[in-house]
Amino acid sequence: MSEAISALNGKTAAGEVTVREAGLRGMIILRGDLSNKKLRAVCTELTGMKPPQQGQANCAGDKGLCWMSPDELLVLVPYAEAAQAVVAIDAALAGTHYLAENVSDARAVIFVEGTFCREVIAKLAPVDLHPDTFQPGDFRRTRLGQVAAAFWMRDADTFEVICFRSVAEYAFALLAASAKAGRVGAFPESG
Amino acid sequence: MLTLRCPYCGVDVDETDLHGEGQAHLKREGPGSSDADFEDYLFMRENPKGVHFERWRHAFGCGKYFHAARCTNTLQVFGTYSAQTLEPPQEIKDTISGARPGWSWGNFK
Repeated sequence: MSEAISALNGKTAAGEVTVREAGLRGMIILRGDLSNKKLRAVCTELTGMKPPQQGQANCAGDKGLCWMSPDELLVLVPYAEAAQAVVAIDAALAGTHYLAENVSDARAVIFVEGTFCREVIAKLAPVDLHPDTFQPGDFRRTRLGQVAAAFWMRDADTFEVICFRSVAEYAFALLAASAKAGRVGAFPESG
Repeated sequence: MLTLRCPYCGVDVDETDLHGEGQAHLKREGPGSSDADFEDYLFMRENPKGVHFERWRHAFGCGKYFHAARCTNTLQVFGTYSAQTLEPPQEIKDTISGARPGWSWGNFK
């Protein structure tokens, strides 16, 4: 089999806020009844995380669970484990109404790291990113410039952005330009 | 700019993240209906200056359809609610009655 390469192969734009493509990441779209105990159990088993509340993401390292919609979760696992994780979900949910699909190669993940990462995103998305309303753990599906994207805060200085692989170049350029343009000063320094 | 709260995501969403899907609470007329009813269903729409009920889709977010009650004149939003309903919930009607006494829209008032 040919060697898998992520959308931008780890491309980095260093600066006060660094924009960095995350490389290969395992991502699984899981649709179904999120209150189903079997579904919740298999998600926790695969990621070690509790299923997130509405609008939240529970992530640590390469693993995590993100709330995409009332009937959809994004399951994050290490790239090499993604195919096996889908098999595990299929086994656990056999007989129930659900859909699990490995979309690792159809998406790109981009990190935005630095002191004013909040403003780098705020300039591009129609979302209130004030520290009072958007905190680490919060997850939001929206758009960045012209393309659909989702992002969540890992910690006060790190955003993780996910978008379609086909627009990864655009999303990266957009974030890098926003970072290069510098701080606006709309949010408190500590945020 | 219109900002609506998506009842499925619980977040305030900018109009540019949404897609307008026309009038809410249409009753579909299918096979067996009269030509006049079918024509009404296809073409006849409310066009009020004031209280209006619309469908919106959270296109860049969860992708779900929801309903919004708002005023086309002042852009005041009275509320949003699930699309899995045949008529606006009572609390939405009460909110509208508080702001626009005597309002009516289609069969609702």
